[in-house]
Amino acid sequence: MSRTLNWIGQALLYGGFAVALGVFSRWPIYHPLASGMAQIKVSFIHHGLRVADCRPYTAEEQARMAPNMRKSMKCGRERSPVSIEVDIDGKLALRHVAPPSGLSHDGASAMYQRIDLPAGEHRIAVRINDNKAVAGFTAQREATVTLVPAQVMVIDFNPDKGGIVLL
Amino acid sequence: MGACGCFLMRLRSASTSIESPGAVSGTGPSFTASLYRVVEHALDKPFGARANPLKQLGAIGFLLLWLLVASGVPLYIMFDTAAEGAYRSIESLDLLPWRLGSILRGLHRYATDAFVCVMGLHILREWMLGRFRHFRKWLWITGVPLVVLAFISAVGGFWLNWDRLGQYSAQTTAEWIDALPLLAMPLARNFLYPASLGDRLFTLFIFIHIGASLFLIFGLWFHIQRISRARVLPEWSLAACLSCTLILLCLVLPVHGQGPADLQIAPAALALDWWILFIHPLTVATSPAIAWGLVLCTLGLLLLLPFLPTRLRSPVAVVNPDNCSGCARCFDDCPYSAITMVPHPDRLDGLHLARVDAAACASCGICTGACPSSTPFRHDTILETGIDMPQAPIDSLRRQLRQGLEEMQDSRRLVVFSCNKGATLLSPATDILHFELICAGMLPPAFVEFAIRAGADGVLVSGCREGGCVFRLGQQWMAGRLVGMREPHLRSSVAQDRWLSVWADPGDEATLQDAIDVLRRRCDARIPVIAKEMMQ
Repeated sequence: MSRTLNWIGQALLYGGFAVALGVFSRWPIYHPLASGMAQIKVSFIHHGLRVADCRPYTAEEQARMAPNMRKSMKCGRERSPVSIEVDIDGKLALRHVAPPSGLSHDGASAMYQRIDLPAGEHRIAVRINDNKAVAGFTAQREATVTLVPAQVMVIDFNPDKGGIVLL
Repeated sequence: MGACGCFLMRLRSASTSIESPGAVSGTGPSFTASLYRVVEHALDKPFGARANPLKQLGAIGFLLLWLLVASGVPLYIMFDTAAEGAYRSIESLDLLPWRLGSILRGLHRYATDAFVCVMGLHILREWMLGRFRHFRKWLWITGVPLVVLAFISAVGGFWLNWDRLGQYSAQTTAEWIDALPLLAMPLARNFLYPASLGDRLFTLFIFIHIGASLFLIFGLWFHIQRISRARVLPEWSLAACLSCTLILLCLVLPVHGQGPADLQIAPAALALDWWILFIHPLTVATSPAIAWGLVLCTLGLLLLLPFLPTRLRSPVAVVNPDNCSGCARCFDDCPYSAITMVPHPDRLDGLHLARVDAAACASCGICTGACPSSTPFRHDTILETGIDMPQAPIDSLRRQLRQGLEEMQDSRRLVVFSCNKGATLLSPATDILHFELICAGMLPPAFVEFAIRAGADGVLVSGCREGGCVFRLGQQWMAGRLVGMREPHLRSSVAQDRWLSVWADPGDEATLQDAIDVLRRRCDARIPVIAKEMMQ
């Protein structure tokens, strides 16, 4: 009798362990995005313009350089931070300034931000400045988009593809 | 202090405690340890003490790892290591005959969940039992990175499916890592467009999953370096039942993909594996910074635990070169690999000498019990053995045993050798001469015969429950020595009805008392016979 009870006890414990594994490996259902919502991902990786303009080396500067290291233009390494603003339906949804990477601030500026918003038609306005010598913005784009639930729209910045990209 | 040891001698209901400074023997279990013992003892009933899963969580973890390797290798062979074909190749497993694909995939998933669960229980057990200090510090510290590696490998495995769950997990992990100011380019950009997800990134996923697993196995090798005879498989019955349970679970609740990943669609409802992927909802519910803080604080706390102030360590075993024959029995029996055999410095005939690594020594005295020189039948006035415990010298035990038996007035004289980590003798009696040992395994079995020859009517040896020895192997070795299965052994000529062994943890005091009563009844049955023999 005792042995039978032990077998039953073991079976219950193994079963309980299996149930715990099986249940919590799939339940409760997780909703990363609420029903009826869509998503905008704002991201770019872009080199801001150089802070200082390039200028020709003077004759004295050229003379101080080794002959094989001589070049015509002297350019500062530091680049401008890249700032971005995104309006959704006329309201400011995102404002971010991405500093240049690198110890000498000579690398690309990068950012990534996820925005959840209700699906449907929206007026999107994106403004970017990659030159701190310029007041205001160096690139702008406005568009009306219609997002279906769970759709992901990407806002990127790529001067080779016409500047601000909405995909 | 002289020859006094930590044997707690109780004679004629008068208790005498003789302990050396710094000895930890005799300290009771903490509240958390008592609490854990209640749960562990409850599982002793259905499983038996030997096959109790809570006593071999580390071995179960190894079993699950072997199941993961066994199911992972064929999965990898059939896996298309490209972003385009990964999901399709995993889903095509369902086409394998006899539901082999479901079993392989399910076993890989559920064994991972079980591994994480068992790993958590293993950490909880060692913490509750206070097993993370002193000689266990190395074991504890080397275990902490394994937790990280286990989670990296487990989470990375979900990405390889490249279904919506894998997509969500990979994206969320990338966003979480991006919260650290380490990378110039956000990792999450890799998941912006379908075109940005290249096969090279998928190769990185594979490297993370398999690489972390390999590091985990390598780390486990370090983790068990300081324990001898580490179990890498649990009891066969437990291993078989657990494997069958997991396979049955694969058939009843098969694991399926949650639709192919699509970076232009955000997953809205996911059957999340909460055992492993709980970190994602935690990050979303709080913030990446808070989630990092929680993870780093938890790991920091785990690493800090062994360094918190604690009581002094007990003195470690000391080798006496003049009495060490180099037989290596202490080396064989040491549960923590604290003993190595080195060439004897004074002998040129190839003799070896035991050397104790003080940092690894558990001060359990099992080596003393294993040493052939510990036999009390030696004629020396002072019993000097090859390896001894300064706080409980074997000579002190012999001297007190002789003296105690001589002073006993009761017609029935019982000797109880009990482990002070096991059940406590609650009701001392005039017919009991009681010695508390650091571990049952420190008793040279010849002491049973010695006590009987010195006038004891019966001898009881008591220690922790099977599989529950605080020093891992003390109970196992002692049980083997008593029945002649392990050296040094109790001679078979010692009458079986004159001695008894009982394995009882704290809380099992009634079991210990019952064993004493059994021994009393045996003695009472014998005493008239002896008296009759003497009259003749």
